[in-house]
Amino acid sequence: MNMSKTSWKLSEAPEGADHIQLAKRYELFINGSWTAPKAGTYFKTINPATEETLAEVAQADKDDVDAAFKAAQAAQPKWQALSGAERGKYIYRIARMLQERSRAFAVVESMNGGKPIRESRDIDIPLAAAHFFYHAGWADKLEYAFPMRKPQPIGVVAQIIPWNFPLLMAAWKIAPALACGNTVVLKPAETTPLTALLLAEVIEAAQLPKGVVNIITGDGQTGALMTAHAIPQKLAFTGSTEVGRKIQEAAIKRNKRVTLELGGKAANIIFDDAPIEAAVEGIINGIYFNQGHVCCAGSRLFVQESVYDKVLLKLKRRMDSLYLGDPLDKNTDIGAINSKSQLETIDRYLKIGQEEGAEMYQTDCELPAKGFWCKPTLFTHVAQSNRIAQEEIFGPVLAIQTFRTIEEVIGQANNTPYGLSAGVWTDKGSKIFQLTSALKAGVVWANTYNKFDPTSPFGGYKESGFGREGGVHGLEAYLRFE
Amino acid sequence: MDFAFQPVDQMGVMDRVARIKARSVKKEAKKQGLRMALNMIDLTTLEGADTPKKVERLCYKAMHPHDKLEGLPSVAAICVYPMLVGTAKTALEGSDVKVASVATAFPSGQSTLEMKLQETDFAIGEGADEVDMVISRGRFLAGDYNYVYDEIAAVLERCRSQSVRLKVILETGELGSLEEVRKASDIALKANPDFIKTSTGKIGSAATLPVTLVMLQAIADHYDQTGVQVGMKPAGGISDAKTALQYLVMVKEVLGDRWLSNEWFRFGASRLANDVLMQIIKQETGVYQNADHFTKD
Repeated sequence: MNMSKTSWKLSEAPEGADHIQLAKRYELFINGSWTAPKAGTYFKTINPATEETLAEVAQADKDDVDAAFKAAQAAQPKWQALSGAERGKYIYRIARMLQERSRAFAVVESMNGGKPIRESRDIDIPLAAAHFFYHAGWADKLEYAFPMRKPQPIGVVAQIIPWNFPLLMAAWKIAPALACGNTVVLKPAETTPLTALLLAEVIEAAQLPKGVVNIITGDGQTGALMTAHAIPQKLAFTGSTEVGRKIQEAAIKRNKRVTLELGGKAANIIFDDAPIEAAVEGIINGIYFNQGHVCCAGSRLFVQESVYDKVLLKLKRRMDSLYLGDPLDKNTDIGAINSKSQLETIDRYLKIGQEEGAEMYQTDCELPAKGFWCKPTLFTHVAQSNRIAQEEIFGPVLAIQTFRTIEEVIGQANNTPYGLSAGVWTDKGSKIFQLTSALKAGVVWANTYNKFDPTSPFGGYKESGFGREGGVHGLEAYLRFE
Repeated sequence: MDFAFQPVDQMGVMDRVARIKARSVKKEAKKQGLRMALNMIDLTTLEGADTPKKVERLCYKAMHPHDKLEGLPSVAAICVYPMLVGTAKTALEGSDVKVASVATAFPSGQSTLEMKLQETDFAIGEGADEVDMVISRGRFLAGDYNYVYDEIAAVLERCRSQSVRLKVILETGELGSLEEVRKASDIALKANPDFIKTSTGKIGSAATLPVTLVMLQAIADHYDQTGVQVGMKPAGGISDAKTALQYLVMVKEVLGDRWLSNEWFRFGASRLANDVLMQIIKQETGVYQNADHFTKD
């Protein structure tokens, strides 16, 4: 018997969420205990894929922010006085506990943020644990990292993180701060507070001394109160360039240290001698990873004219093979847009792109009835002066341009106020070196894209911010030298 | 003839394979996939010790993989040496199962073109529906690409004249790198055979997902450029159903549904069928059966 030709579709493969037990309401984690907000205000946090409420979280106000910083200030001298090896032990313990609870963290990350479980399970959570492991190792070796410079902690640090990699960004901020002997007040983003609160549970269970890490939730106002507070000697922020500017102003007024990791509009450059299949995969990873909610997303694609048709054909075909839908499904490639307001921003840019005369292509996938969704999108016939080629969209939207020569593409790639990351695709080593030194970007990937490692410093040029996170360079941001 | 070669990035291939392996094939998709896999198998015996009786047993299995379960598809073909094609042809009479014969000085390919063509003619004369030829790897590695191409074209001509389908075995385990695999694929594809195939199964390294990915990408490019559809046959080393399903996901994502039938995709395997059967029965009944419930032919 022969089988007739049929179309073969993958069935649903949802990751179980039955084991997740979220509290109805989360308080603020201040001085090692769960503290109700003084004003008694709470706000709902939802699942962007279903619009269902997951939990209520506290809105930290002036008094709460004050209490958190005072707790951090009180805890700092003792924390600093501990030997590096002792601090390292605590950080190792947090790392191991994160690994032990990784499944729960991955599921909650996907529920609260909308990202596919494949990414939270294989990328976000393992990398977060890796950051703690890596920095635990530095805690007793700071003198060797900076010989003859007598590294000292800065003191109390205020940290504000974004909603695109909630737990990972918390790890990027907290791990080096602790290793260097600082104490922390951290605020997760308004739309994605849950994994930071689960991290607070881990920190509590790890018996980290009270007040060393304080995690408070709230909106932009809470963030503003944090940056204006007198106690923190350093502000560390990852997020939009617009908010970054305000934070820098606040820092200047009070003479605080500051590191900013802001927006980007990265150029992904494909030469005609590139391994095309790998490049197409890199474009997909570059722009559709985490629904394009990635500051270093390869949102501008530059293709050498002679391979343009080929690249476009393969790119569209690969886009069509992406699965969009339930973030908890193990086969999902594109999850939900993080929030309603972000979806509105993206939709606005889709309109602008078409009005500017660019040609829009979207895959023909079905969007779920509830939740916030955007089909993977690309624009062709894009001019350098188009807004979709200039401004950060922070969504699954790719703007494609062509180029003829190396000089031309270097000019185009650098012609942006941002400078966070870039990608180069060519089989020729010498061309890679020529470009990596000519591109004004903090990170340049060659024949790959969106690869992260705690040992590798990450950060930007120009309006993408300053300061580095990860590697030895990242430690420097949490130390002062006598 | 001039061959324009494509660079292949090893890391990129590994990344893509990892994504494909992460796909979860469950429920209805698994049920359908397993039956599809069974129907795509070229049940193979290529031993010096092969006898007509052994081949007859295998032919029965090919037509009736597991009679205890009704409605199962047969496998796609039986793959044997030319001397046993006649036996297989008789045993399979009246069924849809095809007879494939290896030829052209299989497995090494170290012989003259005349001898190779003679062997091909013999296999076809005995009744083979399909011929699995090997390329001259020595000539390929020496850079004599036109020789390799001409040889494929000559064998293909003999096959086409008798409406026999041709599979071209690259023996990727002897080619040294994925870039060479791509190069050999492009040379073979230029001749428009019916299938390209990874391996003979006679050396240590046989079909792998990375090698198959590179060959599928070459097939896709060939189709885009010429409109000619060429099939794919990974062979050797695929012995469990889970891996077989990963191959099917790869075919679907790289080439599309059009390739998902035994007209365009085959598994060359001797042990795979039983594991697929075991999984099918697990899907139907919820329990695994002992391996001795499946015949070893």
